[in-house]
Amino acid sequence: MLLVVTAVAIARVRNLFAVVVLGGIYSFLMALALLVLDAVDVSMTEASVGAGISTVLLLGALYLTRIDEATPQRSSTAPMVVAVVVGAALLYGTWDMPPFGDSGGPIHQHIAPRYLSSVMAETGVPNVVTAVLASYRGYDTLGETTVIFTAGIGVLLLLKGRRRKRDVGSAKS
Amino acid sequence: MMHRETIPRVVTKLLFPYILLFALYVQFHGELGPGGGFQAGVIVAAAIILYGIIFGLQAAHRIAPPRLVEIMISLGVLIYGVVGVFGLLFGGNYLDYFVLDPDPVNGQERGIFWVEAGVLVTVSSTMVAIYYAFAGRGR
Amino acid sequence: MVDAIAHFSNWATVILMVIGLYVVLARGNLIKKLVGLSIFQTSVYLHYIGPGKIVGGTAPIIAEGFTVYSNPLPHVLILTAIVVGVATLALGLALVVLIHEAYGTIEEDEVLGREDDS
Repeated sequence: MLLVVTAVAIARVRNLFAVVVLGGIYSFLMALALLVLDAVDVSMTEASVGAGISTVLLLGALYLTRIDEATPQRSSTAPMVVAVVVGAALLYGTWDMPPFGDSGGPIHQHIAPRYLSSVMAETGVPNVVTAVLASYRGYDTLGETTVIFTAGIGVLLLLKGRRRKRDVGSAKS
Repeated sequence: MMHRETIPRVVTKLLFPYILLFALYVQFHGELGPGGGFQAGVIVAAAIILYGIIFGLQAAHRIAPPRLVEIMISLGVLIYGVVGVFGLLFGGNYLDYFVLDPDPVNGQERGIFWVEAGVLVTVSSTMVAIYYAFAGRGR
Repeated sequence: MVDAIAHFSNWATVILMVIGLYVVLARGNLIKKLVGLSIFQTSVYLHYIGPGKIVGGTAPIIAEGFTVYSNPLPHVLILTAIVVGVATLALGLALVVLIHEAYGTIEEDEVLGREDDS
């Protein structure tokens, strides 16, 4: 699949600008895959966030630092072994998972049918995902909004206050 | 020197209101189709960031002043929390929507509308504020 | 054979997850690590949404004429996860920028080396 090819390319390419562009392509491909899987809200969010905002932020960070990645000094065998072992263990686990598209799997049994059947009567909102996000699971969305708020405050704190650091550093050394 | 940059500038000026309009559409139509607060917030932020990239940080500062953006980050979370308090005031639990209106289904719609609006405000302003922080730190 | 096709989505998830893990562990450049982390996160999205799809179903928006819908619950969880993921990326990149200003480099080995010196 194209996703895997793009991911491998990201791992191997040295030029960081190319990595960022490949990351954008990867996000778009992921959004397409999600669309095929009927996840329309998620696809739209991943496309705008992953391909848009992430790319902009990465480019901003690149602009402020450097363009290329240095050749790795230490050997990559240990992480490769870890990755392969983890991958093998995970693949072994996938044999037991329900087949693709099966409607008898456990995640379809408990609360999802209840949401689907009662969402019009209780909320009048046809988009089930929005109804669940904003109403049935409104607390979680409040927490998520707080997380975004915290991230924004964090970035502002980190990047807006410390302009003197460069002068202090050079004065010390 | 201006000739090379003319096409992006003109296209951006043309597209900018349509992007914002699309974001508003996604926001309000989020109940009937895919969409909602997060998607719309990101699209609004993308429009402003695009404007900032093409026309420079100062121009972006003029149409979306940093102080206003910073206030908006907290405002969105506040809106969300206040809707919950309204639920308390009208006799239900925190964040109950069905007490907001004599007809409980209508109450749900109102509650959902306001919390999604709160989400839109926070998401869009946070993304724009982060962009401002990165772009303003230039060498 | 049918089993193999049935598990394809899960295998893609595992492969992507492993690639992301490898990039985070093996590459020293901090920005590349963050991109690897993003790959890892997106593989988790696939992992949640893949099993949510029902063959013959449609997107979970109630409309006339459709009776079978794909499961909306994973969509809700992943929506939150995506936005939290970009928040994490933003904070991580802010830290990378600060590290670059403090140490002059964003390669992990060099940063650790200079940290021991100073």
